[in-house]
Amino acid sequence: MYKESRETEKKNLVQGSTGDWEVVIGLEVHAQVTSNAKLFSGSSTEFGGEPNDHVSLVDAAMPGMLPVINEACVHQAIRTGLGLRAKINNRSVFDRKNYFYPDLPQGYQISQFKHPIVGEGDVILDLKDGTTVTIGIERLHLEQDAGKSNHEMHLKHSVVDLNRSGVALMEIVSYPDMRSAEEAKAYVTKLRTILRYLGTCDGNMDEGSMRADVNVSVRRPGEPWGTRTETKNVNSIRFIGQAIDYEINRQIDVLEDGGSIDQETLLFDPKKGETRPMRSKEEAHDYRYFPDPDLLPLEFDDALVEKLRKELPELPDDKKNRFMSEYGLSPYDAEILIAARASADYFELVARGRDAKLAVNWVMGDLSGHANAKGVPLHEAGVSPDQLGQLIDLISDGTISGKIAKDVLEIVLEEGGKPADIVEAKGLKQMSDTGELEAIVDDIIAANPKQVEQLKTKPKTIGWFVGQVMQKTKGKANPQTVNKLLQDKLEIGEG
Amino acid sequence: MSELTDLTIATARKGLAKGDFSAVELCEAHIEATDAANDALNTFIVTTFELAVKRAAQSDKRIKSGDAGVLEGIPLGIKDLFCTKDVQTTAGSHILDKFTPVYESTITKNLFDDGAVMIGKLNLDEFAMGSSNETSYFGNCINPWKRKADDAHLVPGGSSGGSASSVAARLVMGATATDTGGSIRQPAAFTGTVGMKPTYGRCSRWGVVAFASSLDQAGPITRTVEDAAIMLKSMASYDAKDTTSVDLPVPDYEKKLRDGVKGMKVGIPKEYRVEGMPDEIEQLWQKGIDWLKSEGAEIIDVSLPHTKYALPAYYIVAPAEASSNLARYDGVRYGLRAEGDDILNMYENTRAQGFGAEVKRRIMIGTYVLSAGYYDAYYLKAQKVRTLIKRDFDEAYKKVDVLLTPTTPGPAFAPGEKGGDDPVEMYLNDIFTVTANMAGLPGISVPSGLSLEGTPLGLQLIGKPFDEAGLLRVAQTLEDAAGLLPTPDKWWV
Repeated sequence: MYKESRETEKKNLVQGSTGDWEVVIGLEVHAQVTSNAKLFSGSSTEFGGEPNDHVSLVDAAMPGMLPVINEACVHQAIRTGLGLRAKINNRSVFDRKNYFYPDLPQGYQISQFKHPIVGEGDVILDLKDGTTVTIGIERLHLEQDAGKSNHEMHLKHSVVDLNRSGVALMEIVSYPDMRSAEEAKAYVTKLRTILRYLGTCDGNMDEGSMRADVNVSVRRPGEPWGTRTETKNVNSIRFIGQAIDYEINRQIDVLEDGGSIDQETLLFDPKKGETRPMRSKEEAHDYRYFPDPDLLPLEFDDALVEKLRKELPELPDDKKNRFMSEYGLSPYDAEILIAARASADYFELVARGRDAKLAVNWVMGDLSGHANAKGVPLHEAGVSPDQLGQLIDLISDGTISGKIAKDVLEIVLEEGGKPADIVEAKGLKQMSDTGELEAIVDDIIAANPKQVEQLKTKPKTIGWFVGQVMQKTKGKANPQTVNKLLQDKLEIGEG
Repeated sequence: MSELTDLTIATARKGLAKGDFSAVELCEAHIEATDAANDALNTFIVTTFELAVKRAAQSDKRIKSGDAGVLEGIPLGIKDLFCTKDVQTTAGSHILDKFTPVYESTITKNLFDDGAVMIGKLNLDEFAMGSSNETSYFGNCINPWKRKADDAHLVPGGSSGGSASSVAARLVMGATATDTGGSIRQPAAFTGTVGMKPTYGRCSRWGVVAFASSLDQAGPITRTVEDAAIMLKSMASYDAKDTTSVDLPVPDYEKKLRDGVKGMKVGIPKEYRVEGMPDEIEQLWQKGIDWLKSEGAEIIDVSLPHTKYALPAYYIVAPAEASSNLARYDGVRYGLRAEGDDILNMYENTRAQGFGAEVKRRIMIGTYVLSAGYYDAYYLKAQKVRTLIKRDFDEAYKKVDVLLTPTTPGPAFAPGEKGGDDPVEMYLNDIFTVTANMAGLPGISVPSGLSLEGTPLGLQLIGKPFDEAGLLRVAQTLEDAAGLLPTPDKWWV
């Protein structure tokens, strides 16, 4: 039996004209399983293609055709369950959900109703304000996707594309544990990160690989659940946030005007930023669920689960904790780095065996700046981990200064090449030769008696001399050497 | 050449091997017989004579080259529930209008790979729903048998009426059939043929139009037990495309066919002695008991206490599955489409015109019993009954090897005679056969005598799961004791 896990928190309350309201959100996320073939047929799951290119006899529900479970999809569901720290059910049952629609060739969707493959689990969210919340997962089950109807292509008829018909989906159902649009967005983001780490769903929401049914209700703090609405098939994280905020305001308005909320199914209109009721025809049916007699119960032993568990990659939460302890990253930096597995891997390649602090600064600083400017993820900014690593090595061994390194990075970005070669070719090596620098320092002291005089009362103006040396050497002078020389020559103590 | 049609598969095979006649000659003899009979008996929905002759010619080549399969050149009829590549498949329904599969069912592929020659597609009750072959969109199929006393047509039983009728009338040497509640065994009993329903999972359902998936099982209808053994061996296979098919080796059923029943234990379930059962059925049953006893079997009375719930439970489970299985016939992708103002209207028009009354009745029953609020009271309860029925059999098989019962509560009747006012009257035909489907067990009907009216009667044997070999052995003993029935008069010629 579900028990509410959240305490009412002031920051989550929404102020209405008659007092505070608490928002309660639960999500059903449909995630397309990454697999070569559909859930019950051998057809390709490739995105795109000409309409009805990827349709087998089974997908088209020809007479006498039978579904055969695709084991790869089962393994993906188990992996996902493990990634959500969930209970894996060694025995689950496929049911038929019966309804008529032209893009549902069988006249039923094969889904899991009473006995899903994955039971309770959780997802941990680290929110921007530094707090952590745990969102409960109620279940995950496997089901078939439907095809696509198009009502615009023909004047008199609708047309159907069955390419998606039968593609495996995981429906991941959360408990009503979220209390704001921000949390819901963080949940979907985190879930997507986990799925991508696991390689069980590509998470490409614009291609329809992930979409959410959003359940929202409001209540007075401490009171029982309000009546919820379900906004179907929202297909971007931004829209999920918008749909929730719209629903919160709408529901509060209705209730404060003395009205009541209808338990109904809504659609989100991204153009208007509004939800509206679905046409009645698409509304709730009596689905007449019953176990699919074409399929035996899905059974597997613990050995399979353990084998898959052993093969799991490091998961986002584990990676984050390790980055914090191993590289001394702040929670914020760690969270950003682990959001995409490729970025995290990139960072590790740069940081491994090097000064972690320096690596973090360069990855999160300059490189991240360039990546953002280009609108690409870190690892696609145009600098290989090797190149950035070499650059950091050049700083660490005193070959170049941090300032020169920034210039070298620019060159790498524009022209490519090894940082060491660039430094060599462009003569950017740091000048640490005391004799050579001494001559330059002497020249500057001799040419600027006024400043030398001023320095006696204002020791901090030594910086001006450093600047002069840097200018003369085009930034190549080792700042520490210059400082030391100036202090000795001008007979002042260390600043 | 008409005597060629009187051969059994076993004897025809020998004749072909020896070169007494060719596969083409054998084929043409059956084509001739079919041609002469089909107007009167209406056993075929479509004939494929040209294709048959072509395949028979190929069989002759293979026989010559020594590559003959186990059914090489044997003319068979295929129930029109099996999808056959490039040959129209109707399931006896208007809704599959002009449907021609681009695929071959696993069973017909197995048969054709073994050299069998298809003469055509056989009539059946619409979607295999019926016990008299009166629900076919393509008209009633007629039994070659008539009562001694009158000239009235009789039904061949159903749903595999076309299969039973054409085998009995010597139009084909054997036929494929399917059995969901008795659709192989009951028509076999009505036509004096051997009808075998194997264990659920023994034959692949892939490519067979589904009626009730958890009950449907295909099997042969033949004129002898030996022929049933030959055909079943070819039809049965594990099929990765049907996850309910079972990965067990298929034994050579001919091998121990004549080992007899000495020492075997035959159970007589007392619950099959139903109220109002005609004396002649009772007497036939007693004869069967005596035959097996005299061959050395031990007769043991057993109880299957939940038998009386089998038929009502069947009429919940089967329609429930059918209501869902038949949802795909919606006019969108294949078969009949009756246009409408919108999609809903198109569905309604298509299904109203495409399905016959009995199919509609079962879709409605099935939809009702699966509805929210009724599911537990009907479907779930029926499934529990099913478990109890299975348990009854498990208990019985601790004591006996096989069960002997009548196949039907009476002989063949005339079209229109039953079920006109009350469909249950028709459903009662399945009272002895439906239990084997509910429990997934193999069953066989063996012609065992004639009724007082002079029409065939059958005895049923129900076996242990996947013990088709044992079942066939007892059936052979029964057949030997009863003797083969006379050939029905060819009144249609």
